[in-house]
Amino acid sequence: MKFAGLLVLPAGCFLALAAIVLFADSLERTAFVLCGLAVEALGLGVAIRGHMPARSGGRR
Amino acid sequence: MSALPASSALLAFVLLLIAPLTIAGVAFLNTGLGRARSAAQALVGSIALAALAAILFVAFGSALATGPGLAFHLAGKPWNLFGSGVFFACGLASQPIEAQLGLLFELFAVALTVLLPWGSGADRLRLAAGACIAALYALVLFPLAAHWSWDTGWMAALGTNFGLGAGFIDPGGSGSIHVLGGFGALAVVWITGPRHGKFPKEGLSTAMPGHNVVYVLFGCLVSLVGWMAWNAAGALLWLHAPLTQLPQTVLNTVLSATAALAVTFTVTNIRFGKPDASLSANGWMAGLVASSASAAVIAPIAALFVGIIAGLVTPLLVELFELALSVDDPSGAIAVHMVAGLWGLLAAGLFSGGPGQLLAQLIGIAVLLGFFLPLVYFLLLGLNRLVPFRADYDSERIGMDLSELGGNAYPEFVMHRDDSYR
Repeated sequence: MKFAGLLVLPAGCFLALAAIVLFADSLERTAFVLCGLAVEALGLGVAIRGHMPARSGGRR
Repeated sequence: MSALPASSALLAFVLLLIAPLTIAGVAFLNTGLGRARSAAQALVGSIALAALAAILFVAFGSALATGPGLAFHLAGKPWNLFGSGVFFACGLASQPIEAQLGLLFELFAVALTVLLPWGSGADRLRLAAGACIAALYALVLFPLAAHWSWDTGWMAALGTNFGLGAGFIDPGGSGSIHVLGGFGALAVVWITGPRHGKFPKEGLSTAMPGHNVVYVLFGCLVSLVGWMAWNAAGALLWLHAPLTQLPQTVLNTVLSATAALAVTFTVTNIRFGKPDASLSANGWMAGLVASSASAAVIAPIAALFVGIIAGLVTPLLVELFELALSVDDPSGAIAVHMVAGLWGLLAAGLFSGGPGQLLAQLIGIAVLLGFFLPLVYFLLLGLNRLVPFRADYDSERIGMDLSELGGNAYPEFVMHRDDSYR
């Protein structure tokens, strides 16, 4: 869980880079780059969740 | 690198003599936001780490950061990934003046970058570990980021190679300094874990406020002076901005910081009934960080907006990180440098040009998050195996000053009993 999110991050980066290599149209590029950023956001969320210490009771 | 006019070069040199005030400001912030029992270690550590990073960068790291670079070709375009400079800055005096000034800029930048993980590891990060982290940054991480975004690197060339505006714009180092350093702060916090007693098994997290808010606010004021010089020097060196553009760059820097402070002041006043000095300082710094990428390329009204968003988001994020995500970040570097840095990069794209520029900025953000964050984390995780980051329980209890330096920063003070160690 801890590492899974961090390992997802490069996938988002490759998506963003693929956009500028594969497409010339700015709309397609933007869509691909935004998808890449969404994947990174997902990976970051998983990484943050995985690093949270276990606390019984939690917040009040 | 095109030729820099002599007047611009002279001004950039003078500005670079003022820019290190930013490093002094951040060192004061790191010290004030930690505990009294670790104050001397925090400040001497800041100085030592900055010194070590500067030496290692000039000796080895600068070779990776500077020079025309080594490019490989993909899809018919050059991808300049590594610098091809020389070790120990050999022959620097015979280099063009912009190359010399660029090296000076990067020297101060790497010294600032290594202070960010150090501040987040306050009160439990060992000095030896901090030194190893600084070495890693000076030798590998910072040179790569600096070359890609400032010099002749592939991100800076996104405009010429792929028609994306003027390429990735980050003259003051929101990305290569603050986001990169913020990643280190996040990794250090994750790897070392929270301070003892910060997050008890049950109930709310324990408040561990900074021991000297005067240091913190003094650091903010000192940082402003350094930051104005830093952003103006960055605009001259990396954007080749005309001299007529510098007053607006400085104005935008001030506007961003002051707007952020005003908003944080208001937000904390609404949230807690009274304005919070330490969070307001964080808001001020977040405004400065966000201005690093954007101040040289946006209008004053946009700079005001950049500051307002930075000031609004920072106190909420600091609270979110601590209360909801159990992240113990004494200096607030993750919210202040990492998040505000990313916002600054985005703002530079939003307010400075067309969709191509925005796309270049988004690609830069994607690369920072997708390449540098995992790289920083796994390198630091491996380093932690070799040089354990965290001090032992007793060292943390008596304070890093006594355990690492053999004496307290405030020897006349009576040490209060700490309930969190019962």
